This record gives sequence, structure tokens and C-alpha cells, in this order.
Amino acid sequence: MTRAVKSVAIALKVNGENVNETVPVRRNLVDFLRADLGLTGSHVGCEHGVCGACTILVDGVIVRGCLMLAAQADGCEVETVEGADATGRIAKLQAAFHQRNALQCGFCTPAMLLTAAALLEANPAPTREEIRDQLSGNFCRCTGYQAIIDAVADAAEAGE
Amino acid sequence: MKAPDFAYMRPDSLDGVFAALAQYGDDARILAGGQTLMALQNMRLAAADVLVDINRVPDLPDIVEEPGHLLIGALVRYAALAESPLVQQHVPLLADAVPFVAHAAIRNRGTVGGSLALGDPAAEIPACMLALGAEVILSSAAGTRTIPMREFYLGLYETALRPDEVLTAVRVPKRRPGQFHAIDEIVRRRGDFALAGLAVSGVAEKGAVEAISLALFGVADRPVLATDAADLLIGKALDPAQIETAKDAVIASLDPPDDPITPPAYRRHIGGVLVQRLLGQIREKLA
Ligand SMILES: Cc1cc2nc3c(=O)[nH]c(=O)nc-3n(C[C@H](O)[C@H](O)[C@H](O)COP(=O)(O)OP(=O)(O)OC[C@H]3O[C@@H](n4cnc5c(N)ncnc54)[C@H](O)[C@@H]3O)c2cc1C
Ligand code: FES
Ligand code: FES
Repeated sequence: MTRAVKSVAIALKVNGENVNETVPVRRNLVDFLRADLGLTGSHVGCEHGVCGACTILVDGVIVRGCLMLAAQADGCEVETVEGADATGRIAKLQAAFHQRNALQCGFCTPAMLLTAAALLEANPAPTREEIRDQLSGNFCRCTGYQAIIDAVADAAEAGE
Repeated sequence: MKAPDFAYMRPDSLDGVFAALAQYGDDARILAGGQTLMALQNMRLAAADVLVDINRVPDLPDIVEEPGHLLIGALVRYAALAESPLVQQHVPLLADAVPFVAHAAIRNRGTVGGSLALGDPAAEIPACMLALGAEVILSSAAGTRTIPMREFYLGLYETALRPDEVLTAVRVPKRRPGQFHAIDEIVRRRGDFALAGLAVSGVAEKGAVEAISLALFGVADRPVLATDAADLLIGKALDPAQIETAKDAVIASLDPPDDPITPPAYRRHIGGVLVQRLLGQIREKLA
């Protein structure tokens, strides 16, 4: 794409499936997932990188879906909470969130799950401090963070 | 909010980037990690007509070992910087600084070049590069120039970068025998920009300080070197009285901006606290 364009054809994998679409270049990746693909598990809060609700995985690492263009995901592998749920990758975290009442409205939850899973994959036995650190970029406006940290600690103990 | 309408291009060479900057001039903005630019576009605080995405430019270096230096390419992301064995071995201050930058998801996208080019006065990486005596490499169609970090920042978000230039890499001296370092910052919430921060790098020889740089961030319109304090420390042992003198010198040298939430006296105070804390840590490590 060596010339400036307003829309672009992209080919990527989303939750393991091939996706080919043409998108306006100003479409954020998270808006693309929600509006074009109907994957509404990723949420949109602040749209400037602060709340973390839009967290998704691109090529295996968590990123802000509001700070990446869909055009930039061309050729990438994207995973959303729907994909992580379907593969069972976050099952222990989901159970622990349920058990610990670590969600109320649920707006922050998909991003919390993906962000916590990234920690537990890299560090299966984190301290509470490390859990706090990892979740520092994810806002929850209802539950209070204690229950969320408890849930992640439980999932770690259960061997997520 | 959503970003205003813009056009997007993704050149596949540095020459392609130069051509785009020449063609669109002030209407173009380089898009690196996007962790600031995308946020500004979405908030409509920035409104570039053309985003020139450099993420797939193959001719930018990764992390390369050179005699005496590491060359760190502009597109190296924070996460990769922290994980690099070369960085851990030769410039450990940078690896130690990364956890202070934003949050995990942002560290997976944000780049060293983006952080340096943006020059947020409270950012960690620019201050570390200043403390380390690094130099940035700026390239354009007209050629390449190398600028020491201490000459790179000209004011608030103002750098020596010309509009036709790309920051392609930063060259950082490798650790020498006897080298010490430390970094810390005061934040309201983990991952926030620092209210004040300090990066220290120096060399000790037989218990005395041979060289030292103290780079403060979050306390001025750009990262600043506390040269008065450094001069007082050179040739001396890092004993408590000496540390106290350095702390007073730093407090005296700071003139933080007046902001209604964080008054200058508070920033000066925590600047001093950080000096005491980090020099104390270094003293213990050297003992
Ligand atoms: C919630 C949040 C918290 C944050 N907290 C911190 C923090 O604690 N500390 C911190 O340091 N940062 C923080 N950041 C900012 C983050 O570090 C950015 O990644 C960084 O400031 C910019 O790097 P980037 O690669 O994302 O650049 P971009 O956003 O892509 O670009 C930033 C600017 O630099 C220009 N630019 C980028 N690369 C080049 C280049 N190679 N040559 C010339 N110009 C270039 C762009 O045109 C643009 O003007 C935070 C961001 C968010 C959203
Ligand atoms: S919507 Fe992306 S961080 Fe808030
Ligand atoms: S459960 Fe409502 S925002 Fe977290």
C-alpha cells in the first residue's frame, strides 16, 4: 500500500477463521470486529487507550483494539473473547470470576479475562502485586478490584 | 470519539516513507505504535490527513550489537526491549524502565522510536536515553544525521526532528565495568505518566563515583539532567551526607511547571525524594 488510500482490502484470521473484507481505513480494529463481524464481546469505552475494555489479541499478544486500525491487522491472527471462550483457554478464569462474583455489569470482563490469561500464561503463579500490575490498565466501574484479583489468584491456583 | 477522516498508506521502504513525507508535508503523520497518535486522532486532538504507517518498513534495524554500542531500531516495541537478552546484558537500565511504561497491552505496541519522537516530558525511555548518553539517528531523503540526546529536545513536545525526517534508530553505549543504574518514579496509579521520575546511570571506581548522570522526568517541559548534583558527586563516595547534598542540589535546580493539581513545590520535593531513594539503593549495591 505505497499510495494513500481511503479504503483497503484486508485478509486476516479471526478466532481461527479466515476473514476477507474491505474496510474504510479509519475503522478501528475493535469497531471492525464488533460492527463488521458481529463479535460484540470486545467492548468500546474510552476510545483512547485508557480503559482497556477493547483488549484483544493480535498475533498472540494483548493490545488495545481502539488504538489499532483494522487496516493494520491485514495478515494478522486476531483472537477475541469469543475465540478464547470457544477453545476453553480461559475456562478456569471464567469459573473463578463466576465463583468470586468478580463481575457485575460485565462491561470490563472480556478484557479482564484476556488480560489475566496473558499473565497466567507467562507467569503461572503470580503474586497479588503482579496481578494488580497486569490489570492496572483495565478499568472496572462496578465490581471493585479486590474480587477480580481474588478470581485471578484462584484461577492461578487452579492452574489456568 | 472516532478519528476524523484520513487517508492511510503503508510504504514498504524507508525511501517510500521519505517520498510520502515530501509529498504530503505537514498533512502527514508517521504512525508507529499508535499508542499516542491513534488516541489523539480518536479524541480529535490530532487530525492528520495522511497516516504514514511505518510498521512494515523492512529497512529499520532491530536490536543490533555494535562495538561499544547497541543500535536499537525505531520500531522495537517496549515489550521486545525488556525481553531482549542484548538489552538486559548491555543496557539493563532500559529493561528495568519498561515495566514503568503504561500497561502490558500498550507495551506490546508502543515503540522506542515513537516514545523518543513524541518526547513526552514525563516519559521514561527518553529520560533513560538521556542518562545513558545515547544518540538518535535521524534520516531523510537528504541524508542521515546523528544527534546526542541532550540536544534532541528543544521544548515541550518539540524535538530536533525536521518534518521530512524519520527517527530510524537510537545508539546506546554499552555498560562499562563498574557501571550502576537505577530508575523509579512517583505515580498516582500504576502505569500512569510520572508526576516525577528519575533515571540514574554512572560508573564507580574503588568506591568513588567516576561518572554519573541523573535524568529527571515529569518535572519540566522535557527530560532534564541534574548536572549540578552530578558535579557534586563526582570523585566522592556515595555516603549519606553526599547523597543529602545531591538531593538539595536537585531540589534547588528544579523549576517545575505550575499546575493546579501538582504544585511546583510538591514536584521538587518528590524529585528530591527520588534522588535520595535511588542513590541510597546504588550505595547499598556498591557496598
Ligand atoms: C493509557 C496510556 C498510558 C500511557 N502511559 C505511558 C507512560 O507511563 N510512559 C510513557 O512513556 N508513555 C506512556 N504512554 C504512551 C506510549 O508510551 C506511546 O507508545 C508512546 O508515547 C508513543 O509511541 P508509539 O510508537 O505508540 O508512537 P505513535 O503514537 O505512533 O506516534 C507518536 C508520535 O511520534 C511520531 N513518530 C513515531 N515514530 C516516529 C519515528 N520513527 N520517526 C519520527 N516520528 C515518529 C508520530 O508521528 C507521532 O507524532 C501511554 C499511552 C496510553 C494510551
Ligand atoms: S476503548 Fe480502548 S482502551 Fe478504552
Ligand atoms: S463489572 Fe461493570 S465495569 Fe467491571
